[in-house]
Amino acid sequence: MDKVLEVNNLSKVYGQGCAACFELTGPEHDTNICPKCGSVVAAHNVSFDLYKGEILGIMGESGSGKSTAVKCLYFDQKPTSGRASFFNDEKQYDLFNMNAAHQRHLMNHKFGMVYQNPHLGLNFDISAGGNIAERLLMSEVDHYGEIRKRATDLLKRTEVLAERMDELPKNFSGGMQQRVQIAKALAINPPLLFLDEVTTGLDLSVQAAILDLILEIQQENQTAMIVVTHDLGVIRLLAGRTLVMKYGRIIENGLTDQILEDPQHAYTQRLVASAL
Amino acid sequence: MNNTEQPILRVENYGKYFQLHEQGKIIPSSHDVNLDVYPGQLTALIGPTGAGKSTVLKGIYRSYLPTSGRLLFRTKDNVEIDLAQADEHLILELRRTEIAFVTQFLHALPRQATQDIVAQPLIRRGMDYSQALNIVHETLSAMNLPKALWSISPATFSGGEKQRVNLARGLVSRPRLLLLDEPTASLDPVTTEKVIGLIENLKNEGVAMLAIFHQPELVERLADSVVKLNPPIVAEQILKEIA
Amino acid sequence: MSLSYPFGFLDEYAKKEIRRTTLKAVAIPGYQVPYSSREMPMGRGFGTGGLQLTLSVIGKGETLKVIDQGTDDSVNAVSLRSFIEMTCEGVNTTTKTEESDLIQSRHRIPEKPLREDQILILQVPYPDPLIVVEASEEKRKTLHGEADYSRLLVKLYEDIVKFDEITISHRYPTRINNHYVIDPSPIPRWDVPKLNQSPALILLGAGREKKIYAVPPYTKAEPLAFEDVPFRVEDFNDVNGMRRCCQRCNCNNSFLDEFIDSKTGHKVYQCSDADWCEENTINNNETLEIANG
Repeated sequence: MDKVLEVNNLSKVYGQGCAACFELTGPEHDTNICPKCGSVVAAHNVSFDLYKGEILGIMGESGSGKSTAVKCLYFDQKPTSGRASFFNDEKQYDLFNMNAAHQRHLMNHKFGMVYQNPHLGLNFDISAGGNIAERLLMSEVDHYGEIRKRATDLLKRTEVLAERMDELPKNFSGGMQQRVQIAKALAINPPLLFLDEVTTGLDLSVQAAILDLILEIQQENQTAMIVVTHDLGVIRLLAGRTLVMKYGRIIENGLTDQILEDPQHAYTQRLVASAL
Repeated sequence: MNNTEQPILRVENYGKYFQLHEQGKIIPSSHDVNLDVYPGQLTALIGPTGAGKSTVLKGIYRSYLPTSGRLLFRTKDNVEIDLAQADEHLILELRRTEIAFVTQFLHALPRQATQDIVAQPLIRRGMDYSQALNIVHETLSAMNLPKALWSISPATFSGGEKQRVNLARGLVSRPRLLLLDEPTASLDPVTTEKVIGLIENLKNEGVAMLAIFHQPELVERLADSVVKLNPPIVAEQILKEIA
Repeated sequence: MSLSYPFGFLDEYAKKEIRRTTLKAVAIPGYQVPYSSREMPMGRGFGTGGLQLTLSVIGKGETLKVIDQGTDDSVNAVSLRSFIEMTCEGVNTTTKTEESDLIQSRHRIPEKPLREDQILILQVPYPDPLIVVEASEEKRKTLHGEADYSRLLVKLYEDIVKFDEITISHRYPTRINNHYVIDPSPIPRWDVPKLNQSPALILLGAGREKKIYAVPPYTKAEPLAFEDVPFRVEDFNDVNGMRRCCQRCNCNNSFLDEFIDSKTGHKVYQCSDADWCEENTINNNETLEIANG
């Protein structure tokens, strides 16, 4: 089994922070705001690993820190402390200790991100095909014919009509925009894909189709994925293992069916009971 | 009975108690369960409702976190692993390659075709799609599932049809250990006979099975050994024991 | 009158700062170096960036040529030239490319190949090619730093999708020394290849945007393009695919301006580079005279 990612003690504090921040926040204090200095502890001591072809679920309510963890790994945010190692082609990358150019190189060549809001993942001023072209151009594919062909194939793969590839994403339905976003994320066939609430706000039937697509991609490409969601159904269908987060802490982790059928923590028990 | 071979699964003093934080309660479900499962043999779990039969199966599959005891599984590489303690990645790997679980319920994506759902374990192992479909079609015919249903989603199927899909998925993957939780509960007699035939075939192929059957006559016909479970003794006594 | 101004109009500190900025620009080919653009006695946008460069590097006894859109006698060129004549005592001016040490230009690079001992100064309205794809200067600086020009290439991609060709007519984004992409000022595509491996130093100054950048001599300058859709210059072919000629000097390998002949109403074509055209015309006449004996 090949390890793709290892995260150790990732912490992120918004605000100036103080010595008491970590001690006075968390699930047992029922807050992630430090009562002393008012800083927000978005994540504290988050550790996990991820293997090739595996889908890891990160579950929690808004404010639990589940998105923060992913944003740090995708370099959208700078962590306050912690380590993350990415493994690829026999090489190990120390994610938080590399310069911005190296980080961008990894983002462009090895990582994919699909956001809940397609406006974050897509450039709405350029066509669907242009969005995919951008991703390919970032990874130094500079043959127009090749870019056209790959964009067509990717959109076909994500079931977007190839005839619509030169249209602007704003003309598309929400589900279609998500498909274009996924096609863009997949353009470079990344070994690591982040999915942040990708089906939230979509119709149920559209949700199912997107989840189906994600599973197919996982099987075809052996892509390792981190799925951030508050939706237990998404977790059940996609993730083999799941982390449950609250107030910036991982309060429970395990096999997804175990988390859902035999949750250990009081919070998870409530969460599962209220959803089923 | 021929028990000269080593057991593939050895359950020692298995116990499972649910701690319900909301209600402030500990509920015992299984207590001090001991059993062995051998290759090519079927061990049946019997006992009244509440005896914790399903809890044993789920503990072995790690859908439940065992509270106590050891669940020693011997892999194809002849390594003994305690399923109660094993790393989650290893459990996932074993689920993919060696241990399958057929429950009464079918969890699948709404849009997926029946044949694709059944083919999943084979695809996950890296088998070619068309090759996988051949095996799937064979199994589905053997189970009397009408051909017209193969390419549509099981969402609208009857209970019996769904159960056959579920069973087919467990059987195609040819696991070394198959856990069966009332696999024939909602099947008609004709189909039940077919399933019995399939289970006998698996035994001949050397698959080890641990099963719960609704009907006592199936236990009679299929089981090589029987383990009787009783509902766990009163909670206070257990609580004293684990305290 | 000229005595009432210091040589080069600017004070010595200002000139020194601009020279230091220029050195940095030469040291980091294509990088836009910020500087404190001075107020000049003319509106920003009239070539104050180019003018400040000229005033800072020119010395006594040197010869200057000022052109605007290829000609030496358009209003803008004339005003700049007379301003420099007025404030730089001992500087000569010329209209001949060949005779000049320094050429300040707007929108064109002379047709006559430049030499190592010449400096070309281009006036720049918008120095940053990324402005069309990224509004934030901070983010643009990061993109430049990491040489990430994929979004500019996407613009080219969209052009080809829509029009089957790249439609950028001037200010063609050009990569210098394999890293920074510059806006080469509003020169036509025709002039872009002249930046590549140019023997002359090319300085670019944006007065309003307060940036100076450079293409040092013998430096690679590569217009952005796709492997299979290469960069092309204007072809000036007529409907029959024949290369049009200048109606005045008959030249068929220069950048042409298009006019409507007020008498006939027909389109006519003439060299955009006035000095080039003049020289050709004189040569033609001499050849004619020799031929006629």
